[in-house]
Amino acid sequence: MEHGHHQVPIWFFIGALLTVYGVLILGVGIYSLANPPIQKVALWEKHADIWWGALLIIIGLIYAIRFRPGRSP
Amino acid sequence: MNFTPLFAAASGGTLLRLTPVDLLIIVIYFVMVLIIGGYLRKYASTGEEFFMAGRKMTAWIAGLSFISANLSSLETMGWSAMAYQYGMLGAHAYLIGAIPAILFLAVVMMPFYYICKTHSVPGYLKLRYGEGSRVLAGVSFTFMTVLVCGVNMFAMASVLHLLLGWNIHVSIWVSSLTVAVYVALGGLLSAVFNEVLQFFLIWLGILLVPILGLVEAGGLSGMMDRINAANPGTNFTSLWANMGSASDNPMGMHWTGMVFGLGLAVSFGYWCTDFLQVQRVMAAKSLRAAQNGTIIGAVLKMCVPIIVTLPGLLGLAILQEKAGIKLLPEHEAQATGGYSYNQVLPLMMARYLGPGLLGLGVTAMIAGFMSGMAGNVSAFATVWTYDVYQPLLNRNAPDRHYVSMGRWCSIIGVLIAIVTAYASMLFSNILVYLQVLVLFFIVPLFGVVIMGMLWKQATPAGGFWGLATGTLASICMFLYVHWFPGWYVPFMEKDVKDLPALAQKLHSASTPIAAHVSQNLSPQTRQLLADFVGSDKVGAMQQKGLWNRLQQAVRTPDPEVLRVRTALVKDLNSLLNQPGLYTAERFSGVSLDQAARQTDPSKLKSEDLARFNRRLLVSAFPAELAPMRKLEATQLNPRHAEHIATSPKAQDMAVNMFSAFWSLLLTIGTVIMVSLFTRPKPDSEIKHLVYGLAPLPDEGQCPWYEKPVFWAAVVGVVLVIVNIIFW
Repeated sequence: MEHGHHQVPIWFFIGALLTVYGVLILGVGIYSLANPPIQKVALWEKHADIWWGALLIIIGLIYAIRFRPGRSP
Repeated sequence: MNFTPLFAAASGGTLLRLTPVDLLIIVIYFVMVLIIGGYLRKYASTGEEFFMAGRKMTAWIAGLSFISANLSSLETMGWSAMAYQYGMLGAHAYLIGAIPAILFLAVVMMPFYYICKTHSVPGYLKLRYGEGSRVLAGVSFTFMTVLVCGVNMFAMASVLHLLLGWNIHVSIWVSSLTVAVYVALGGLLSAVFNEVLQFFLIWLGILLVPILGLVEAGGLSGMMDRINAANPGTNFTSLWANMGSASDNPMGMHWTGMVFGLGLAVSFGYWCTDFLQVQRVMAAKSLRAAQNGTIIGAVLKMCVPIIVTLPGLLGLAILQEKAGIKLLPEHEAQATGGYSYNQVLPLMMARYLGPGLLGLGVTAMIAGFMSGMAGNVSAFATVWTYDVYQPLLNRNAPDRHYVSMGRWCSIIGVLIAIVTAYASMLFSNILVYLQVLVLFFIVPLFGVVIMGMLWKQATPAGGFWGLATGTLASICMFLYVHWFPGWYVPFMEKDVKDLPALAQKLHSASTPIAAHVSQNLSPQTRQLLADFVGSDKVGAMQQKGLWNRLQQAVRTPDPEVLRVRTALVKDLNSLLNQPGLYTAERFSGVSLDQAARQTDPSKLKSEDLARFNRRLLVSAFPAELAPMRKLEATQLNPRHAEHIATSPKAQDMAVNMFSAFWSLLLTIGTVIMVSLFTRPKPDSEIKHLVYGLAPLPDEGQCPWYEKPVFWAAVVGVVLVIVNIIFW
């Protein structure tokens, strides 16, 4: 699909979804940092949910803003 | 019908435990795909838009979609399991088993597909060879596609049930109706959107597993060292070094099978002529976009081992040492209550992914299942409408009629697939093997298409008979390697038709032969039988009726029942080899045929004795034990397998690879032979379809870094380097 004048590109949907997922995962990560769970996954101390959630937000925002509806290609 | 709540079991007794955040992530995904489907409806109003996404896709979208259509969850879980079981050999599917074929598609075949502007691969056959070849390919493809879709649907529901405890019926209906809605609304465009979305989800959902796994294992070299230390004497870390002989590797495959079977026949058939794949790049906005999209797909394919093979290898390196878990073949895992090879990826996810991340990983798996289903459904709708319905049933309808047919096909295809999914619960062996037959069908298809593209003398009759002969040969080879001329003798778990009844008869020693068999069981088996007969499981298993059979089929196998069945089958098979089973008193009340009564068992040895004893036991317990079969779809006859795959140790995969290669040779041979004696089409009719006659479109000058040939060469060199590094 070319990014036609009227059609919202797939990249925008991807960006929006990743941003929402990033916020949720980052939020859970910060919560579990403040309230460490009793049963921890392996390498919990690396706090993968925090930096992975942040990464998703960054990627998501880049796509969502770059390909937002109404922006000329 | 008493449906258990969808998430009832998710809180306990399952491999993965989801939190509310995880469930929210999954729900958001479903909402998003339905929004996309509804939004795209207005962009899928003509046939060209609905079936070919308007032929407007950029190279990146075409490439991502091309590779995503093949990146299903069954594939990721299955090839992770292969890596755990066979080591680096499991990565061949992403290297020699894919890359050369994808590059060949991009550079050699794509120009012909693209410039003839056909809607499908069978459509090319029509133009090149005529209606007969097109209809044969179209009917076979549509039939196989919906059946495979149904089998995958059942597999998905089973996996979700096993991992998360979700109800199988709910999984099937929710996922399939969601797919039906968004494909019926947006056609190929919708399927492609979701494939691209799935690509991001599957990478971002699983990539953390190898990253954290490598951190824990001490890097790549640390992982290799741990694997070698845990498996002395077995080479799990080489791609080619252990393929000099079929007996040197656990696949039982010689390197020739890997190169010519997987690398040539299967790979080229799958990547160059499976319409499900090719449709994605045929819908690109220009020939150059189609070619570059295909090459982008090759690059992405080469990266897939990072999220598939690596987790399997990390499982091999870490799970036993750190978690005390050793994975087993499926039947052993079921019998012992352990974990199977197929669970390596979910186990690794459970090991590293906490709340939120696990939801993302599970969403990636569900997305993989659903986009695979959507790919099948959209390909089915296209081929049915243009290659079966239009030529055979309604040739001159307006365009909107075919679009409407495509929308209805999407829904009907899903409904047929649902029926197939339920059928596969009852006849799992037959339908699982249909997937292998699909593989064998596309190999002859590749033989016919490539001959048509490269040799202008190939005739319509040659194409038709090549396709028919190759397909028939594939089916015959499949039957041959599973054929047991002297009957397949040992009992298998499925041969115990009525476990409760057999257990009760043996436990109570109600007849002389039952008493004899019971005495010859091991003490452990007798104890298992006693416990089983005394439990309430017997009553539940004896409920009759189709619905109860379905309910039992979808239920997670009870480990205790599995243990009883496995132990009983093992002891019965020991009994088969013992002389002296038959005495007139022992079989006094048993109906034996004349031949059996006249046989002198003292003169029988080895396999003949086992065969005779099995007939005796089946006669003694006709309602409880199944008779012998000449065709056993789940077992290979090693003598026959040797004829096909050059080694009696060949396993399923090796046999499939060699069968595909012979089928390809036979197809090409038939096309040549028949073409020599029949009339080819005049050059004027095939000028856009054959190498040497087709003027390739001039797409204008472009810088060197946009040329498909340049990037194909780069990818080819990288492939060689990767193979050398991991030799």
